[in-house]
Amino acid sequence: MKNLKYLVLGVLFGLILTKSEVVSWWRIQEMFRFQSFHMYGVIGSAILVGMVSIQLIKRNRLKTIHGEEISLTDKKYTHGTWIGGLIFGLGWALTGACPGPIFAQLGSGVAGAAVLLLAALAGTWTYSALRDKLPH
Amino acid sequence: MLDFLRQPWPWYVAGPLIGLTVPALLLVGNKALGISSSLRHVCAACVPAGIPFLTYNWHAERWNLFFVLGIVIGGFLGYRVLGHPDTIAISAETVRDLRAQLHLTDFTGLLPRELFALENLLNWKGWVFLVLGGFLVGFGTRYAGGCTSGHAISGLSNLQWVSLVAVVGFFAGGLLMTWVIYPLLF
Repeated sequence: MKNLKYLVLGVLFGLILTKSEVVSWWRIQEMFRFQSFHMYGVIGSAILVGMVSIQLIKRNRLKTIHGEEISLTDKKYTHGTWIGGLIFGLGWALTGACPGPIFAQLGSGVAGAAVLLLAALAGTWTYSALRDKLPH
Repeated sequence: MLDFLRQPWPWYVAGPLIGLTVPALLLVGNKALGISSSLRHVCAACVPAGIPFLTYNWHAERWNLFFVLGIVIGGFLGYRVLGHPDTIAISAETVRDLRAQLHLTDFTGLLPRELFALENLLNWKGWVFLVLGGFLVGFGTRYAGGCTSGHAISGLSNLQWVSLVAVVGFFAGGLLMTWVIYPLLF
């Protein structure tokens, strides 16, 4: 099954998010209050390793394990980039969770995570419905 | 080894591993790390309602749904199977501030029960933290075209300036909530 490898990577990703406590509301509060280096260390070192990896992939023109080209498409700027970013930030500080952690919390058995997920789906659906009327 | 796995992992172990997810996804199938898209795919699969933005071939993006299903399983393994300290060792300043500002007394669990337990849906706190909070996360990430994974980690790793704008937005929103709106709410 070709999607099994993504399931496995997802399991590892969820495990790392949980064991490093970035799925915790407490850690996010600590970050926004500048009272610990933990979250900055996690995000900063993740970006650094990701950046070096992408450079290595690009310079060596690496292909996927199936021999396909690796192509990175740049995201396009719209006014939504910062307006939406600001809106997400407000929600991030309330819930202490970005989308990845909501899924990990669901697995950890936090009951509220199911409500967070449904509310997040409602938010995405509402954006989709109003998209044409919003500034971009 | 098992003892190490059971403890909370330090940032210098977890961060680089999270970073390695970016090349891992590229190398196994030319996929860009991004989690908030899964919310769109679920909407498109379940309630497209004729909305153009939700009418596309989400089947082609099924890998993303397998990835987030994996995250759910990873959360279960990390918290329930390997186990985790009941109280997360956050800094003493944060504990002090949260006691004083949000009147929290129970510091156990991944999230404060005093705000996120389901009983809270009977009062305003539950609606603000669970429902409004979750809604803003879902709405904002799609409007911004990505979340912490797609913009902050994947996007900045690929040196996209758009992602830098988004991440500045994420932080500005978070600081506004923590430093301005929280004091007004409580």
